[in-house]
Amino acid sequence: MSLKKLQSVGIELKNIDLSYGDTQVIKNVSLKINKGEFFAFLGPSGCGKSTLLRLIAGFEQCQNGEVFLGDEEVSRLPPWKRNVGMVFQNYALWPHMTIWKNVSFGLEERKLPHNEINQRVNDALELVGLQDYAQRRPNQLSGGQQQRVALARTIVIEPRVLLLDEPLSNLDAKLRVHMRQELLELQRKLGLTTIFVTHDQEEANTTSDRIAVLQDGIVQQVGSPMDLYDKPENLFVAQFLGSANVLKGKIKTEGNDAIFEGEQGLKVSLSNCDAEGSKSIIFRPQNIFLCEQGSGEADLNGIVKKREFLGNLVRYEIQVDQQQILVDEIYGLGKEPAEEGMQVGLSMDSDHVIIM
Amino acid sequence: MTSKAYKNPGQTALFFFIALFLLSFLIIPVVKVFYVAFIDVNTGNLTFINFVDFFNTSLFMESFYNSFYVAAMSVLLATLISLPLAYFTTRFEFKGSIIIQSLGFVPLIMPPFVGAVAMQLLFGSNGSINLLMDEYFGFTIPFMEGLNGVIFVQSLHYFPFILINLSASLNNIDRSMEESAQNLGSSGMRLFRRIVFPLAMPGYVAGASLVFIKVFDDLGTPLLLNVNNMLAPQAYLRISSIGIDDPMGYVIAVILVIFSLFAMWIASLALKGKDYSTVQKGGGGLAKRKMRPMERLIAYFIVIFILLTVLSPHFGLTMLSFGTIWSYSILPDGFTPDHYVEIFSETPEFMMNTLLYASLAASIDIILGTSIAYLVLRTKIRFRHWLDYAAMAALAVPGLVLGIGYLRTFLGASIPFGDAPLATWWVMLVIALSIRRLPYALRACTSALQQVSRSLEEAAENLGANKAKTIQRIVLPLMSGGLLAGFVTSFATAAVELSATIMLVSTESDAPLAYGIYVFMQSAAGRGPGAALGMVAVLIVGLGTYFSHRIIEKGRLERSLESNHK
Repeated sequence: MSLKKLQSVGIELKNIDLSYGDTQVIKNVSLKINKGEFFAFLGPSGCGKSTLLRLIAGFEQCQNGEVFLGDEEVSRLPPWKRNVGMVFQNYALWPHMTIWKNVSFGLEERKLPHNEINQRVNDALELVGLQDYAQRRPNQLSGGQQQRVALARTIVIEPRVLLLDEPLSNLDAKLRVHMRQELLELQRKLGLTTIFVTHDQEEANTTSDRIAVLQDGIVQQVGSPMDLYDKPENLFVAQFLGSANVLKGKIKTEGNDAIFEGEQGLKVSLSNCDAEGSKSIIFRPQNIFLCEQGSGEADLNGIVKKREFLGNLVRYEIQVDQQQILVDEIYGLGKEPAEEGMQVGLSMDSDHVIIM
Repeated sequence: MTSKAYKNPGQTALFFFIALFLLSFLIIPVVKVFYVAFIDVNTGNLTFINFVDFFNTSLFMESFYNSFYVAAMSVLLATLISLPLAYFTTRFEFKGSIIIQSLGFVPLIMPPFVGAVAMQLLFGSNGSINLLMDEYFGFTIPFMEGLNGVIFVQSLHYFPFILINLSASLNNIDRSMEESAQNLGSSGMRLFRRIVFPLAMPGYVAGASLVFIKVFDDLGTPLLLNVNNMLAPQAYLRISSIGIDDPMGYVIAVILVIFSLFAMWIASLALKGKDYSTVQKGGGGLAKRKMRPMERLIAYFIVIFILLTVLSPHFGLTMLSFGTIWSYSILPDGFTPDHYVEIFSETPEFMMNTLLYASLAASIDIILGTSIAYLVLRTKIRFRHWLDYAAMAALAVPGLVLGIGYLRTFLGASIPFGDAPLATWWVMLVIALSIRRLPYALRACTSALQQVSRSLEEAAENLGANKAKTIQRIVLPLMSGGLLAGFVTSFATAAVELSATIMLVSTESDAPLAYGIYVFMQSAAGRGPGAALGMVAVLIVGLGTYFSHRIIEKGRLERSLESNHK
């Protein structure tokens, strides 16, 4: 089984509404996840991402809308008839069964012949490198090993899609990086449509083909990690993926150029801009630079309020009028960082400005 | 850090004092019982002949079989009562859960022997229920015939042990355990059999083995129902009628202890390495769903039927205590407060003795419990854990065995400054009661001490208070809630202990309540006052349970408030 591509299908959610009593947790969500895609639901806690995942698995019922697995509408099917693999946040390994029994459970429920069960459980444990642990109990394994068992238990049934509910959140930082690479490798090997729920943008960015950013039960934006970063459609997405500076102001047209006039007296000329009127501009901390105050380069002037040394970067928080602006500078040997309280100028790279 | 602990002569003295107490009043009496069981009466040599005699006597074999049968059937019936109640409360959003949770535990506050006679009047061959059934349906059911009666009374009394343990372990199963099985294609009965049931099993076994051993050891209920062909009554009858030298009583005592140990071993096996408590932070127990109207109707019907049955001893006892004459009739002929007047005017000593004995026994328990807990948790005295083990070993010693042990060990000795026999002195009864309740009190004291942070003591010592001052001013005040709860529980349960009492009481003027109930209930004329005494006992245990619960809840609340302030 280990290298055979699974019979994977795409997932489509159509106009999903879901409430608990009076609280609406999912509001008219529509999503299309392609066959074989590694897809992430990203958002802060309480945004509805886990609920959406549990809906696909059949543990939640939506009031309106349809869930398609491939061509099949499944929203009325009970969980045990969906053939959707889910890895739980706490792994949910059964403590009264050995690892082998945990992994063979789903196959036994499907009443497969004995030797086929043996073969597949063996293959699945081998795939996650735990064949020597078959007779142990879950509480005798480390967190990372338990995670692998949970994965083996799920993929051994050859599910149509794989759902991962914050699978890395119970692991320590180093293991988390390692496991996410393993997950991705496994997913590529099996070609399994996978949804990964996380609140960690780095996890989503490093693994996923595409991400849906959720907030307040609404899909804010769907796109590849870089798309979301470069072209956020709203403030929430801009600030949830990476750090972002936001300045309010107006855009005026002067001849062929569009000029942004900020409330702080900032003037930047923007290329390729056809917007006009009251707007905000967004730019990343790495697209603005410190320079001498009053020099020709300086678009803005401010005072260094805070300085954080992050190793490869130095992050400054600069006060400009009433507003804080984050500036990242690459740190290198011999570089003299600005001191807190220093008057500095800021020069902006206008090619990387996002208008909103 | 130095390896040698700071020596404190006071702690060492305390250690030896407690060790001596446990040795004299627990270990030696029990060892003595075992010793006598293995001694040839005529030659004084070690022998198995007594056990051979036991197994060759058909009455004893019958008693052995009956005790086992009654204990096993009581577990079965208690399970049948508990299962639907636990199922409704843990799997459904069911309003009746509140009734189950509050009323389901009421049976525990009435000692089984107290309700036994009332049960006979309700369910016996000429009891209310059978009279009604005979009139309307023309047949009767032998609920209370012989062993049936013991099984019925015991299971109605002890089923909460199973209900509590089973509900707790069901509630400790995380929802994801069930969901992951559904996700992998399992549902319905298969899911229950493969996932839910095994995960709840350890809790069930713990509760069931407790019920088994309580029933197996019980003396009062079979005696009051006049069922003598069981082990505990046989031991009592041999010692009380043939005499203290008859080895059969000792053989039976040994068998009772061995069965207790066996049941405790089974329970510990069931729980060992199976901390199945899988509930996650913020996660809930098993998924609960709303009942459909028809299901709800059936559920209410079952719950009300069960609760009416398990509360019937209480109804029966109340009617009996207020009734004039109640015989061959559905209800008593009339109602009167006379029985209460009688017990308070003519035999107040039963109640006075009970208050005295139970409060003394509970005080001893708290003093011993606190001392042992302190020595074990806060000192480095060698062998200190043995005090804990020895005190907990009392769990495996039925009251009957302890009573026999005292009679034999202190045989021939007189009380200090007098010539009355020591073994039946009321002080010995107090000590026996305290030994019987010590394991429970010790656990209460240990958990109370564990909740006092070590650093609070160290701060006092750092500011100049010595060990004794620290204990007096810091530790004891902080433990007081837990200690009080332990005291009240010990008091309430010691007040209704019958099996050790029955062995050790020699004169009625020294006798406590439980003994009074036992004596009164022997005669038809005494049932009324006996029931009135029983109501007093229920009141004592009920209030005790209520207050200890309140004290524990209050302590928990205060602690959670404190941690919120931090």
